Amino acid sequence: MTVPAPDQDRAQGTWLDRNGPGLPPGAAHTLEQTWSDPPGIIGWFSAINHKTISKRFMVTTFIFFLLGGLLAIAMRLQLAQPNGRLLSPDLYNQVFTMHGSTMMFLFAVPVMQAVATYLVPLMVGARSVAFPRMNAYAYWIFTFGGIMLYGAFFLDIGPDAGWFAYVPLSGPQYSPGKRVDFWAQMITFTELSALMEAIVLITTILKMRAPGMTLNRMPLFVWTMLVTSFMILFAMPAVMLASTALITDRLVGTHFYNPGEGGDALLWQHLFWFFGHPEVYLIFIPPLGFMSSIIATFSRRPVVGYPAMVLALIGTAFLAFGLWVHHMFATNLPELGKTFFTAASLMIAIPTAVQIFCWIATLWTGRLNLKTPLLFVLAFFVILLAGGLTGLMLASVSLDYQLHDTFFVVAHLHYVLLGGAVFPLFGAFYYWFPKFTGRMLSERLGRWNFWLFFIGFNVAFFPMHVLGLQGMTRRIYTYPEEMGWGNLNLLATVGALTIAVSVLLFIINVLHSRRHGELASSNPWGGGTLEWSVASPPPMGNFPLVPMVHGRYPLWQAPAEPLHVTGLSNEHREVLITSVADARLDHRMWLPSSSPWPFLSAVATTILFIGSIFTPWAVVWAAVPVAIATTVWFWPKRDVVRQRVRTELKP
Amino acid sequence: MSAPDLDRDPKRDGCLVEDGRALDVSTLPTFAFGHRSPMWWGTMGLMLIEGTVFALTVMAYFYLRSHASVWPMSRFPPDLIWGTLNTVIMLASVIPNELAKRAAERLDLAGVRLWMVVCLLISFVFLGVRVLEFTALNTRWDSDAYGSVVWMLMGLHTTHLVTDAYDSAVLTALTFTDKMEGKRFVDVSENAAYWYFVVLSWLPIYAVVYWGARF
Repeated sequence: MTVPAPDQDRAQGTWLDRNGPGLPPGAAHTLEQTWSDPPGIIGWFSAINHKTISKRFMVTTFIFFLLGGLLAIAMRLQLAQPNGRLLSPDLYNQVFTMHGSTMMFLFAVPVMQAVATYLVPLMVGARSVAFPRMNAYAYWIFTFGGIMLYGAFFLDIGPDAGWFAYVPLSGPQYSPGKRVDFWAQMITFTELSALMEAIVLITTILKMRAPGMTLNRMPLFVWTMLVTSFMILFAMPAVMLASTALITDRLVGTHFYNPGEGGDALLWQHLFWFFGHPEVYLIFIPPLGFMSSIIATFSRRPVVGYPAMVLALIGTAFLAFGLWVHHMFATNLPELGKTFFTAASLMIAIPTAVQIFCWIATLWTGRLNLKTPLLFVLAFFVILLAGGLTGLMLASVSLDYQLHDTFFVVAHLHYVLLGGAVFPLFGAFYYWFPKFTGRMLSERLGRWNFWLFFIGFNVAFFPMHVLGLQGMTRRIYTYPEEMGWGNLNLLATVGALTIAVSVLLFIINVLHSRRHGELASSNPWGGGTLEWSVASPPPMGNFPLVPMVHGRYPLWQAPAEPLHVTGLSNEHREVLITSVADARLDHRMWLPSSSPWPFLSAVATTILFIGSIFTPWAVVWAAVPVAIATTVWFWPKRDVVRQRVRTELKP
Repeated sequence: MSAPDLDRDPKRDGCLVEDGRALDVSTLPTFAFGHRSPMWWGTMGLMLIEGTVFALTVMAYFYLRSHASVWPMSRFPPDLIWGTLNTVIMLASVIPNELAKRAAERLDLAGVRLWMVVCLLISFVFLGVRVLEFTALNTRWDSDAYGSVVWMLMGLHTTHLVTDAYDSAVLTALTFTDKMEGKRFVDVSENAAYWYFVVLSWLPIYAVVYWGARF
């Protein structure tokens, strides 16, 4: 199926309004009021609309991305020449730990969930996420955890034991003081938030799809978020347990990681990487959904091999849990065991290859519309492929002995994470920015942004492969001139600065375009999924009329009847609940009103978490405000109950 | 779906209106039990997370045990009496719990009140016995790695006992106000499902803490 090419002027595109006549103006106004958050400063803290929270979430994660980027620049300036004196060894330790922790825990995983809480309801035809208050709570918890970490860093008590905080270095003996405690509590904040978001997304996806959107018709991006969210449920508990055991070792004298009293340092590595390797896929799988969305739209045809794509995602998710030991090849584990993990590590290339071939087939047989989002997606093919190939090299035990803890690994992980996640993510921003704001990003600045990023990235990270092969180890704050690493390091720094310029252009583009950009129609790119059927930006209740879905790309199909659902209340936040597999009608439900209590509960929880760094008794006394806040959050209002009882229909 | 079907149940399928252009859902129920309810999925998600935490802690227990020459390192396993008694109490609590769940699904407010109160009273009992359990573990969290992991297992499960007792208390209080409505019966039903999780997850933890130190 090929989609007819729209007019040249895409922003003024003339895609059919599939919602038919729509709601009369009065009803549309009521619906807008119903789903709006209250005004004013208290209203700001009471906001629970998924789009409002998601926009804040995206901005917050992007600020952390910028902070992590500035730390990277500081490191690159330090390493640009031998015997650099910009950062002291102690500060350098804090900077690389903060850079890694920020990018992994405060940017890469949460930004995917942030984007998803905006897009998933729009893609599945729902008026909200399930549990909107919990969604707001998760956002605030995340934000407070990030602020706490940076507060500690600015007070010179930032963590300094690396982003994976290996014991015994991070234990009480070698890291006295509070630095690692802040790191361990940051884990508690961010993983709590991620776990709640996973529950919100799973429930939204499985129970709130528009009628007719069977699992077999679900957009591929939604599939990636479903798979990612289930992975989070099994992966994140491992790091929460590991960091809780670490903090009790440090604060109340337990001996989980203390070999002197029967503990074991490798227990940390097992627990951490049982989370840490799936985490790579938590970062990598949502962008596969960005890829599928962007490639379909800019090839003007459906993605080839939908069932193969879905099965590949699920296969990747299962295999991801069988790889963690390949981070531990340099430890004293049995050699036979390591070979199994080598095999599993090579095997995961198969589902990834299936997806890449499906995309190539889609691009090959489509008619390309070469705009900025597609450029970022095409970069994925080059960069991720290079990172994947060095990954296959590192999966071999003998090579890993040679390259472990060298800059080769730094190059590999940045090729995978930037190529696999950041490039598609920037493409996704360009693609969905008109939906978020109602205006287009500048295409000209976008191309500058892309090419500077692409060239700067390769200039920065390719030389690191060579440096690693030459023996330059990770996490050293400087190196003597005789090693001969100066030129390649200088080149890498030039590349890093180029990336910085490109990101600066992106910021300028966003700030300028959100006020002065070209106005966007509801479907400026000619996309086929439901988010493009509503206005840009969407009304507060998303869909004036909840659509009926008859295929995978509803906007690329001839309309089929029934067109939409009617009979949902405009005066209350009523949503439609459908069945898990086939999205058949099930029941109606009222979602809660806006409330400041998720925010206040998050404040109380923050007091508990930070207090427990200083005294274990905080877990007891600070539980009281948490219990009070969450109880008030839950306690229903009398008039709402009366209205609900009056309109109740029993099952 | 375009042809009007006389066998359609409006309570399940809605009604086609506007000559089949729209599907009227105003006849659908406003709440539902079990996996039909989003609350069930939220509760299941919590159980998966917490079940994973328990499973990983049990694995840590056996990992440490496999590296130890003596187990328990402190040489004295926990006394069986209080842990076994609490296991019996928890298993017995499943009966009023099931009765509360069934009452909720019948929308029987009096039954819900009665059995929720019974469950709550039982939860005070096992919280008391849990305190006695801690006194009979024969190890401290800071004596050795064995003590650390035993206290971690017990601490994690006790956290669930405390939070679930508190949740149930709030929900029970709500049933005695004028704020009851259909969806609160769903909450009672999900609360009972969660209680099953807390009890059933105790069984492997009991086996590990009390018998893993003996064999």
